[in-house]
Amino acid sequence: MRINVDWDRCTGMGMCESLAPDVFEVDDDGSLILHTEEISADQEGEVREAVAACPTEALSLDGPIDA
Amino acid sequence: MTHLVVVGASLAGLRAVEAVRRDGFDGEVTLVGAEEHLPYDRPPLSKEYLAAEECPDPRYREEETFAGDLDVALLLGTPASALDTAGRTIAVGDRTLSWDGLVIATGAHARTLPGTEHLEGVHTVRTLDDAVALRAALRGGARRLTVVGAGFIGSEVGAVGRKLGLEVTILEALETPLARAVGERMGRALTHLHRRHGTEVRTGVAVEEVLSSDGRVTGVRLGDGTEVDTDVLVVGIGASPATDWLDGSGLTIDDGVVADETLAAADGVYVAGDVARWPNALFSDVAGGTMRLEHWTSAADQGGRAARHAVDPAAAKPYETVPYFWSDWYDGRVQFVGIAPEGADEQIEVVAGDDAQGGPFTAIYRAGDRIVGALAVDMPAEVMKYRRLIGGRKTWADALELAEQRRVQRAQKQAAKERGEGA
Ligand SMILES: Cc1cc2nc3c(=O)[nH]c(=O)nc-3n(C[C@H](O)[C@H](O)[C@H](O)COP(=O)(O)OP(=O)(O)OC[C@H]3O[C@@H](n4cnc5c(N)ncnc54)[C@H](O)[C@@H]3O)c2cc1C
Ligand code: SF4
Repeated sequence: MRINVDWDRCTGMGMCESLAPDVFEVDDDGSLILHTEEISADQEGEVREAVAACPTEALSLDGPIDA
Repeated sequence: MTHLVVVGASLAGLRAVEAVRRDGFDGEVTLVGAEEHLPYDRPPLSKEYLAAEECPDPRYREEETFAGDLDVALLLGTPASALDTAGRTIAVGDRTLSWDGLVIATGAHARTLPGTEHLEGVHTVRTLDDAVALRAALRGGARRLTVVGAGFIGSEVGAVGRKLGLEVTILEALETPLARAVGERMGRALTHLHRRHGTEVRTGVAVEEVLSSDGRVTGVRLGDGTEVDTDVLVVGIGASPATDWLDGSGLTIDDGVVADETLAAADGVYVAGDVARWPNALFSDVAGGTMRLEHWTSAADQGGRAARHAVDPAAAKPYETVPYFWSDWYDGRVQFVGIAPEGADEQIEVVAGDDAQGGPFTAIYRAGDRIVGALAVDMPAEVMKYRRLIGGRKTWADALELAEQRRVQRAQKQAAKERGEGA
């Protein structure tokens, strides 16, 4: 499964990082760093929470989960 | 469960109906809203919506999404006026709706200065209609803007006023703005941000009278007799939970609808968002009692939880959360996670930057042996790292250790950058 970031919407709010720190990190200048785009099955739960928690609705998921 | 009714068609209400549909709930869903508008995002209304040249569309979803994908019946433009918890009905205009599960997400209304509601030039900022009117007023040749209340929304509007080139005065009744939200010392630090940008902040002042001529505001008179002339007056003195319609319902109302730890206010009735008061178990050892938040993130979160509980009460679980809010002032961002315990000043440590001039800085808050809060001004990489510690009930020592790690990481980054630039 892949994470899409709508870079026009993301304002570096960091909710995603607080829920899934292995995947998301906000840099010192407020820009979002994606540590990985492909997420594994055991990351799915927290990444889904991060998608729901983003205040700008900048995150979405698509594609199947890799085993 | 056959019919879920959600009252309040804003953030919490929208997230409520979306969550149960995502889970596959196949009963009937109705979303009732007092405003004519489809659900829209409020944070931009005191920020980009006023400042940007082009007016952004704040609606979350198109109308077709409700009828189509979500299969949600929208009942917009008329408020619910009564709740019968025993008979499981609500009244909306002259209709009566039966429900099997109910979510109350009616949010809050802006407080006003009594007697000024009909004066031209006096504004609050809570609804889209409010923001449309204020946007026009700020851009219609006004020269002076006065804001009553130095809270977050008043501060944001003041900052936009400066950006648009107006002379801005903020009047605050307390000696220190935002003392309850972030503590005295940090309240002072945030006030520096205003002064640095040329906004006048007058604290410890009472608004005695709003002055007007021909139905239009001209200024305010303060408790000490001085007068402040103004073209536009924004009243930013907070919001009151929208609970009037629940009079006689038997629910417990006490600055919000009081619920248990699962957000249940009565059998089958759950609450979410700005209207909800509930015991947040995460902080029960350091700050007893219940809390009510007026934050985007908890409203979104609670909306989903409340609706899931309403359609399946047997599976209801306690809801606990680390509160989070942000606020955009001038070109910077203020972020706060957790809680600011009472008497917070002795319990605050500035772990990065310097608060004396209003930032950038990061400060952390302690209660007992735990880290319970963090505030950052223009340091977007910091607070969310502490949010995890707070949610994990970590100790103060853990927080100081993270602060030290972060200090080293920032120093290394800085050094690398300087080397890079030197080459
Ligand atoms: C100008 C502004 C800026 C903000 N900025 C930030 C920010 O930067 N960061 C942050 O974290 N939070 C911010 N917030 C707070 C955030 O927007 C709120 O926490 C959030 O909107 C709460 O959502 P809600 O659905 O609980 O209530 P609301 O958004 O208040 O919506 C409640 C809805 O219920 C309707 N309603 C009321 N009574 C009835 C009734 N009897 N029947 C039917 N419908 C009814 C109302 O008309 C309203 O549409 C801001 C809020 C405002 C107003
Ligand atoms: S929560 Fe949303 S806005 Fe914030 S950093 Fe993550 S993707 Fe960007």
